[in-house]
Amino acid sequence: MEKVSRRRQKGNLARAFHRFKKNPLSFVGLSIILIMVLVAILAPFIAPYPRDSAGAVHFKQMFQPPSWKHPFGTDEVGRDVLSRVIFGSRISLMLGVVVLSVAVGVGVPLGLFAGYFGGRVESVIMRITDIFLAIPPLVLALAVTAVLERNLYNSMFAIAFTWWPWYTRLAYGETLSKKEEDFVEVSESLGASRLYIVFREILPNMTSSLLVKITLDMGYAILVGAALGFLGLGAQPPTPEWGTLVSLGRIHLPKMWWLSTFAGLAIFTTVLGFNLLGDGLRDFFDVEVE
Amino acid sequence: MRGTYLLYRLIYMVLVLLGVSLLIFFLARVVPGDPARLALGPEATQEQVASLRHKLGLDRPLYAQYYVFIRGLFKGELGMSLITKRDVFKDLIQRLPATLELVVTAMLIAIIGGIPLGVLSALHKDRTIDQISRVFAFAGVSFPRFWIGIMFQIAFAYILGLLPITGRISGDPPTHITGLYLLDSLITRDFPAFVDSFKHLVLPALTLSLSPLAQITRITRANMIEQLRKDYSIVMRTIGMPEAVNIYKYMLKNAFTSTLTVIGLLTGWMIGNAFVVEQVFSWPGMARYGVNSVLRNDFNAVVGVTLVIGVGYVVINLIVDLLYGYLDPRIRLKR
Amino acid sequence: MTVLGIAKLKIHFDTIDGTAEVLDDVCLSVNEAEVVGLVGETGCGKSVTAKTILGSLPMPPGKVLDGKILFFGDDLLRLDKRDRHRVMSEKMSYIPQDPMTSLNPVFTVGEQMGDLIRWQGRRRIGPLEFLGLRRGRHNSVAKAVQLLDRVEIPAPKEIVRRYPIELSGGMRQRVLIAMALIGRPSLLIADEPTTALDVTIQKGILKLIEEKVEEEELSVLYITHNLGVARRLCNRIYVMYGGTIAETARTKDLLKAPMHPYTCGLIRSIPKLTGDEFKGIDGRIPDYIDPPTGCRFHPRCPQVMEICEQEKPELVKVEEDRLVACHLFSRGGGR
Repeated sequence: MEKVSRRRQKGNLARAFHRFKKNPLSFVGLSIILIMVLVAILAPFIAPYPRDSAGAVHFKQMFQPPSWKHPFGTDEVGRDVLSRVIFGSRISLMLGVVVLSVAVGVGVPLGLFAGYFGGRVESVIMRITDIFLAIPPLVLALAVTAVLERNLYNSMFAIAFTWWPWYTRLAYGETLSKKEEDFVEVSESLGASRLYIVFREILPNMTSSLLVKITLDMGYAILVGAALGFLGLGAQPPTPEWGTLVSLGRIHLPKMWWLSTFAGLAIFTTVLGFNLLGDGLRDFFDVEVE
Repeated sequence: MRGTYLLYRLIYMVLVLLGVSLLIFFLARVVPGDPARLALGPEATQEQVASLRHKLGLDRPLYAQYYVFIRGLFKGELGMSLITKRDVFKDLIQRLPATLELVVTAMLIAIIGGIPLGVLSALHKDRTIDQISRVFAFAGVSFPRFWIGIMFQIAFAYILGLLPITGRISGDPPTHITGLYLLDSLITRDFPAFVDSFKHLVLPALTLSLSPLAQITRITRANMIEQLRKDYSIVMRTIGMPEAVNIYKYMLKNAFTSTLTVIGLLTGWMIGNAFVVEQVFSWPGMARYGVNSVLRNDFNAVVGVTLVIGVGYVVINLIVDLLYGYLDPRIRLKR
Repeated sequence: MTVLGIAKLKIHFDTIDGTAEVLDDVCLSVNEAEVVGLVGETGCGKSVTAKTILGSLPMPPGKVLDGKILFFGDDLLRLDKRDRHRVMSEKMSYIPQDPMTSLNPVFTVGEQMGDLIRWQGRRRIGPLEFLGLRRGRHNSVAKAVQLLDRVEIPAPKEIVRRYPIELSGGMRQRVLIAMALIGRPSLLIADEPTTALDVTIQKGILKLIEEKVEEEELSVLYITHNLGVARRLCNRIYVMYGGTIAETARTKDLLKAPMHPYTCGLIRSIPKLTGDEFKGIDGRIPDYIDPPTGCRFHPRCPQVMEICEQEKPELVKVEEDRLVACHLFSRGGGR
């Protein structure tokens, strides 16, 4: 007679989902981000007044409070705020992607090299990293935007400029701990090239911490980008960047509250999404990230 | 042993700061475009631009400029501000106390609020208070600082009329002793000024403290949860140590030590966000001065502000690091 | 008189893979001034037993399905938290397994011992006492020094001021023993206290335990996987396998003439300097989620019979002070 095992059969993926399930908030985060991405991609089709995103003016419809026709109201030149906020999502998400791509693309290899090759390379790279990290992120970004022309692309460059050291540090730390492990020794003795070891052996082992950090950083990068926009150092009007929108609407407070409120809410929701997802991923991978 | 470590750290700190000054200096000078032209605007004549360039020393070779800069540093000069026409150093000294008051108050709120909340969340893990604090923590780090500041202004100042909208004080400031209004007014027993500056401080400090508060709560919670699982905590409990002592003395010290390392980092973020908060609340601090300098291309001021902040941040991290060594004998003895 | 009596203890543990039936009808007893050994290989459930007695087994996901733990007449499983805490702190104590992780690293030995001496067993500490502002602090440190001296730690006055990281494993274990003896307990539960130590240090610790048992008239439940240690220290031994008691007898009797096939296998696998090759026991410890039917040892038993797969053997008395759970003996006759 066959004995039926009482042990539940569970594969690794099932276990992982079990953990992820314990955290319903991460699904909320994921949904928020997916919605935002969709909104950004489909902006010209979803926005009720797509031309309001740029230079259109309708003075007759100035300062209208939220209504069915204009759910977020209209601004000081009559543009539909909802449409502008929708188009703003494109800018912020693009900013996040660009900044993170540059930061990771520059920072991670530097950290890998510093950790693996050691010696002079390590000293030089890590000292430079220390110098960059000696200044708080927003401050350095501000200083960089000070010397460049004021527009969106320069603000992205400025933020990326201040962001890469964090990835170098992360990659460096992870490389140091992985370097000593057996699988590296095996590859070395088999004669694998050093670049191969660095990129094909060590790097894949830090994907979980990298992924968590990148997700969380998307949110923070968007916040910094919006802050720069608010201060007038990023995208210039009439570009409907969320931070810029909040700043423009500020003069008309508190009567015309809808100008600043909805753009800010958009920032909040997006960043919240990334935070929830990042936190969920952290639990999922069981990782400790700074 | 402690002495040599301290010395080593100090030297390293100076070297890093030197590197920072180099970085900022070259950033400000190696610019596509003409800083003098940018400052004076497109209407200025060639002669005006040239004269400003000469005045700022921009026509000399880079290394000479850097040398002048460093020499000036030792004299306590950071170059002249194009806006205030005074030495940047003087400008900063005047505005530093305001920012200090803001940042320190916000940090205190974050720590005094965050640690107990974190401990409570850990002790009642997954129950109501934990869920609430989780929601609050996520919200806290996701709010854009400028926006929540504005929302606070709308709610508390405009709608409820409880607190002032902007500025540091409505009436006369207290007699200048430290420059910190709260402290000065207490020392001189100027109670109206105390209440006044307190009311003005509430919203900006609260706005600035929100994100660090949320983060400290989460980290303390995570650390306490870890402590609850540690062997020594279980052993202590089993041998009969009262649970209250076990938690609030033994585990807390361990948890706090881990949280401390993050506090240094958070201070950096907070300083950065002070720029935005000072702008929203028209707080007359160093950060607002910095923003204006950036907006008006006042390079010496930008360099000055960045350098001062850099120094402050590095010093704070050093203090945190030393404190960490003091609290945790394992680290201290390894050094 | 029976100090500790465990009757038919059944514990289940919920895991992601299913429910593990970790303890199945465990019975044991410890009398006054007696050292009882609980011997078994890793994973047999001896630590779980100890943790259940001490109350440190996390109760979800653990569940007590059946059984009693009688300590001086009180059923520990049915006492409410307060009473349990009181009873245990007064009369039961514990020596943990790993000295390296069992002491709080950021407090000195003196501090930890002092607090225990003053506050052991109490539930509430007034805030003044907590801050150490009342008298008694000085005395407690002196008492700590005394206790450390009695566990033969050299220079105890120095040691009280040291942090755990400054002490070797053997020293830390002595400190833990001293801490366990603070409240003059009647029962000591020692969870493999020498496993993590060098063989040379082990000897010293074992000798110390022997001495203390005699001096203080302690009862000890000594948990170990090492038969040699059990032979030296224990008056009686319980052999545990797969979450249940296989056999128990006076040490001499057990080792001279073991009855249960598992015990025989254990004794045979002790390497001897002379004679035959090294013999182990075939097979692996059972899967607690899906345990073997009938006798849990039957898949590995060299003398397995048909009934072993069908029926679980009861623990029956075969001689004075001797119980075996095996179908070979279950009809009451000897071999």
